[in-house]
Amino acid sequence: MTQHGGTSPKLALSESKGEERIGVYVCHCGTNIAGVVDVQEVAEWAAAQLEHRGVVIGREYKFMCSSLGQELIEKDIKELELTRVVVAACSPHLHEHTFRTACKNAGLNPYLCELVSIREQVSWVHTDKAAATAKAKAVVSGGVERVIRHAPLEPLRVPIHPDTLVVGGGIAGIQSALEIADAGYHVYLVEREPSIGGHMAQFDKTFPTLDCSACILTPKMVQVGTHPNVTLLTWSEVEKVDGFVGNFTVTVRKKARKVIEDLCTGCGICQEKCPKKVIDDVYEAGLGYRKAVYTPFPQAVPKYPVMDVENCTYFEKGTCKACEKFCPTNAIDFKQQDEILTLQVGNIVLATGYDLFDARRVTNYGYGRLPNVFTSLEFERLSNAAGPTNGNIVLRDGKTTPKAVGIVHCVGSRDRNFNNYCSVICCMQGLKFAHLVHERTGAIVYNFYIDMRTAYKAYDEFYQRVLEEGTLFVRGKVAEITDVPRRPDEDGHLIVQVEDTLAGKQRRIPVDMVILSTGLQPRYDAKETAKRFGLSCSSDGWFIEKHPKLDPISTMTEGIYIAGCVQGPKDIPSSVAQGAAAAARVLGKIQQKEISIEPVRASVNQDQCSGCRICNNLCPYNAISFDEDRGVSLVNAALCQGCGTCVAACPAGAISGTAFSNDQILSQIEGLLLLNIDEPVTA
Amino acid sequence: MSDKPKFAMYWAASCGGCEIAVLNTNEKILDVDANFDVVFWPVAMDAKYKDVEAMQDGSILLTLFNGGIRTDENEHIAKLLRQKSKILVAFGSCANEGCVPGLANLSDAREIVHTAFNTVSTDNPKQVYPMTSYDVPEGEICIPKILPTLKTLDQVVDVDYYMPGCPPESHQIAAVIDLVIQVLQGKAELPPKGSVIGAGNSTVCDECQRARNVKTITSFNRIFGQEIDPDLCLLEQGIPCNGVATRSGCNARCPTAGAQCIGCYGPAEGVVDYGARLVSAFASVIDAKEPDEIDRILDGIPDPAGQFYRFNLAGSLLRAGKSAWEKA
Ligand SMILES: Cc1cc2nc3c(=O)[nH]c(=O)nc-3n(C[C@H](O)[C@H](O)[C@H](O)COP(=O)(O)OP(=O)(O)OC[C@H]3O[C@@H](n4cnc5c(N)ncnc54)[C@H](O)[C@@H]3O)c2cc1C
Ligand code: SF4
Ligand code: SF4
Ligand code: SF4
Ligand code: SF4
Repeated sequence: MTQHGGTSPKLALSESKGEERIGVYVCHCGTNIAGVVDVQEVAEWAAAQLEHRGVVIGREYKFMCSSLGQELIEKDIKELELTRVVVAACSPHLHEHTFRTACKNAGLNPYLCELVSIREQVSWVHTDKAAATAKAKAVVSGGVERVIRHAPLEPLRVPIHPDTLVVGGGIAGIQSALEIADAGYHVYLVEREPSIGGHMAQFDKTFPTLDCSACILTPKMVQVGTHPNVTLLTWSEVEKVDGFVGNFTVTVRKKARKVIEDLCTGCGICQEKCPKKVIDDVYEAGLGYRKAVYTPFPQAVPKYPVMDVENCTYFEKGTCKACEKFCPTNAIDFKQQDEILTLQVGNIVLATGYDLFDARRVTNYGYGRLPNVFTSLEFERLSNAAGPTNGNIVLRDGKTTPKAVGIVHCVGSRDRNFNNYCSVICCMQGLKFAHLVHERTGAIVYNFYIDMRTAYKAYDEFYQRVLEEGTLFVRGKVAEITDVPRRPDEDGHLIVQVEDTLAGKQRRIPVDMVILSTGLQPRYDAKETAKRFGLSCSSDGWFIEKHPKLDPISTMTEGIYIAGCVQGPKDIPSSVAQGAAAAARVLGKIQQKEISIEPVRASVNQDQCSGCRICNNLCPYNAISFDEDRGVSLVNAALCQGCGTCVAACPAGAISGTAFSNDQILSQIEGLLLLNIDEPVTA
Repeated sequence: MSDKPKFAMYWAASCGGCEIAVLNTNEKILDVDANFDVVFWPVAMDAKYKDVEAMQDGSILLTLFNGGIRTDENEHIAKLLRQKSKILVAFGSCANEGCVPGLANLSDAREIVHTAFNTVSTDNPKQVYPMTSYDVPEGEICIPKILPTLKTLDQVVDVDYYMPGCPPESHQIAAVIDLVIQVLQGKAELPPKGSVIGAGNSTVCDECQRARNVKTITSFNRIFGQEIDPDLCLLEQGIPCNGVATRSGCNARCPTAGAQCIGCYGPAEGVVDYGARLVSAFASVIDAKEPDEIDRILDGIPDPAGQFYRFNLAGSLLRAGKSAWEKA
C-alpha cells in the first residue's frame, strides 16, 4: 500500500471502480430545496457529467420520500439494474431509513444507498441560486464517489433479555414499571431513597384539578410494592452498567437498611422509640423532623424503615439500641452490610427526575436569610395536611397566619444569571399556591410574574379561577425582597420591590410571607448518571433525547430510554405519558425477542494495533476494551454505535469503520472537490 | 560489462545519511557487489548523467532513490531513473515524504534563498545572490533551478516500493537486499507494487517495551528537567512521543534509549496524513475541559509543525505552506 497520493492530485487510496450502475435522485422537497437549488439541472448534470463514474440515470422529483418517489427508485433498480443509489434530499437523520428500505424492497442491499443532504447543508443555508446549485452538484458528486466504495452489509442480530431495569421511582418511573409489569414482564425498580414516590409524594394538591396528591399516587405505589412482576430495590443505587441493548449487565448496590426486610412488619415501633431526631431535608424539605431509623412518610413503599447510620446514636456513641430492644420481631440488624446485586436486563428506563433550584443563589430574594421567604417545596410541605404543620399555612415561627403573601414566579428560571430555560411548572404551581393560601388563610395574595404560562389542558381555566378568587397579579420581575422598611406601613413586613410593567412604575409591596416559585434543575449528579449509562446531557444538564420532537423518550444509546423530568422540566401528566411511552418502547423491543442493530460499526485490525491505548478511554459507549495478553485493543461490535471517535483518534490507522472507512470518506471529499469530473461538456 | 543485474542509487535533496546507512550494512554490501553490477551511484563512484541517458530503458533492475525533489536537476534525474529502472524504490524519508528538507515548504523559494544568503548565518554585505546561469568565455554555465516546493518522489514519478526511515535501519536494508537476491534466485516473490518494504505493519509502540496504561495527559514536557520513569510509556509521562503514529520497523530505538520517537518511519499503513492523525490522537487523550487549561497543555508543544510534520510535510495532505503552494 502506498501512503501517498501518487502523482495525481487525488486523495483517495483505492482506484475507483467504474463498473457500478448508479442512480441519482434529486428531491425538490416541495420548495424547500427546489426554491434555491435548480434540481433539474443537478439531475441532468449528474447523468451527463458523472456518467463515466457509473451514473446511468439522474432524476428529480417533488417528494422523493413519498411512496411515488420511492417507487420511482424501486422501479429503476429493477429495470435499469442499478447497483448503487444516491438520493440528494434531506439529512440522513430523517430519511436514510426510508430510502434504504426502498432499496431493500427492490432487492438491493440497503447499505448500497447513500443519502446526501442538499437541504440542511445547501438550500437552507444559501440564498444564491447559482452557487447553491453548484454546491449541490459537488455534494452529489461526493455521494457518488462514496457510494461506489460501499459494501453490502447485513444487520447484526442480538437476542433481547425480557427483564427491564427502571431507575428512579418517581411518578414517571412508577408508571413505566407498572405498564411493563402489567404486560407480564419482569421489572427491577431501583430507587435511591427509602421509598418510591419521588417529588409527587411531597405535594398536597396537584394542579389544575387540585386532586390530593397522595390520593392519586399512593395506590400506584402500593401496586408497585405488591406486583408479582416487580422487584423493588429502594435505598439502592446503580453502580455500573455494562453491555448493550438486549443484554445489559447492571451492578446495583443495595445499601444496608440495618433492618431485616423478611422479619420487619412495618409496625413503626422502632421509629417511635428511637430517641434521635434529625431534620428531614429530603422529604420534609427541612421543615420537619424524622428519627434516625425512619420511613420518610407513613404511606412509604416499601414499609420497611432504614437506619441513617450517620445520625444513629448507637453508631455515634456505641450505646442506645432502643430500636432493637423494642422491635417485636427482632428485625433490627446493626451488622447488616451493603449488598451488591448483578442484574441481567434487556432494556433500561431512566426516570431520575429533577432537583429543586437552590433559591439561596438568588441572594436578593433573601432565602435562607429572611425567615419568612419559603421555597415551593417548603410551601408544599406547609400546606400538606400530613406535613409538619398539619396543613396550616403559617410563618416560620410555626403559629402566625400571614395576612399578605407574595408569590414570586420564575425564580432561577428564564434568567441569564441562573437557568435560561423555562421550568414549565412554576406558573401553575404559583397559581396553585395562590389558591391554597387564599382558601386556607384568606390572606391577600400577590403573584409576581414575567409572563403567565398556562398552556395545556385546563391550565388557563385554573388561572382564570385564581383571578376570580381575587389574587392580585403584578407583572414584573421582582428586584428584591427585603425586611428594611422605608415607610411606616412597611415596618415588620417583608417588602417586595418590583417594577410593575403594566402600571409602569416601581412598587414596594409589604407582605408577611414570600413563596418563591423555584424552578427545576437537573439532578446534582445528572452528569455522572449520564456517564454511567453512556448518555449525554445538554449544556443545561438535562438528558438528551434521540430527537426533540419525534423521539423524545429514546436516547442515542439503543435500549436506554428516558422518562419524566430527567429529560427536561415537565408536569405530572407529561411525566406519566413519557413513563408509559418508554414502557411501550420496551415492550415492543421485548416482543421482538431479537433485534437487528445497525452494522455500521468500528473494528480494530489486530495486526496493525500497537496497543498504544490512545483509544481506550474515548468511546462514549464503553465499547473498547484492552486485551492485556495480546496487547491489543478490541471493539465490542454490539456496544459500538459507529460514532467514529476512535476511528479518528487511532494514530496507527488500525481502527476502521464499516460504512465510514478512510477510503469512503476521502473519496467523498475527492468527489466534493470535483476531482473526478471530466472537462465540462460544451453544449 | 557483466551480465549481472544492474543497480543504481541516487541522492536528490537529502543529507547523505541514507548512503551511510547502506554502507552501514557492513559485509552485506559485498553481497550487493557480488550480485549486482553497480552502474550509477554518484556517492560511491564516478559516473556521468549522459552515461545513464545512454542506457536502455528499463535496463537497471533496482534503483534506490533517496532525497526529495527540490531542484529541476532532481526532477530530471528522477524521471531519467524512472525510465531506466525496472524497480524504483523511494528510499528513506526524504524520497518517501519529504523529511526535514520538506519543512522548507512552509516558506517559498525566495524566502529560502534569502534566509540562506542574507541572514545571521551569512555575512553578505554586497548582497551577492547565486544566479542560475552565467556567461563565461567558454559558454554558459548553469546551476540547477530551485523549484517552488519540495516534492516527494511519487509526486513526480511512479514509484514501485517505499522504504521509510531517516535513514532506513541497516538491518532493514540488509533484509531487503536479501529479499531481492532471493527473488533473483527464484526463491522468493516480490511484494505487490506500491508496498512499503523494510518496515513493519504496526507502529513504534508495537516494538516498544515500555509499559502503557489508559492515557490521560495533563501537560507536555521535554525530556530534560524531569525524572523519566525508564519503564513507563513516555507519552504517559507527558513526553510527546510520536511512536503511537509512526510505522514500526526501527525496533523502537528512540523510546528504548529514553528519547521520544520523532516519527522518521512515517505514517502507519493506510494513514494518509501522519500529522493529522497524531494531532487527533494527542488531542484525544488530553485530560482537560476548560479552554484555558487546554491552551496551557498545548503550549507544551512549542513547535507544532516540527512536532507533527517534521518528516511528513511534503507528503501530507497539506504539502506546503500557502506562500510556497501558490507559486507551485
Ligand atoms: C413544588 C412543586 C410542585 C409541583 N406541583 C405539581 C402539580 O401540582 N401538578 C403537576 O402536574 N406537576 C407538579 N410539579 C411537577 C412534578 O413534580 C413533576 O412533574 C414530577 O414529579 C416528575 O416526576 P419524575 O418521576 O420525573 O421525577 P421525580 O419526582 O423527581 O422522581 C425521581 C425519582 O428518582 C429517584 N432518583 C434520583 N436519582 C436516582 C438515582 N441515581 N438512582 C435511583 N433513584 C434515583 C428520586 O429519589 C425520585 O424518587 C410540581 C413540582 C414542584 C417542584
Ligand atoms: S440505635 Fe440508632 S436507630 Fe436504633 S433507636 Fe437508637 S438511634 Fe435510633
Ligand atoms: S489507538 Fe489504535 S493502535 Fe492504539 S491501542 Fe487503540 S486501536 Fe490499537
Ligand atoms: S466508533 Fe469507536 S468510539 Fe464510536 S462507538 Fe464505536 S467503538 Fe466507540
Ligand atoms: S514511549 Fe512512545 S513508542 Fe513507546 S509506547 Fe509510549 S508512545 Fe509508544
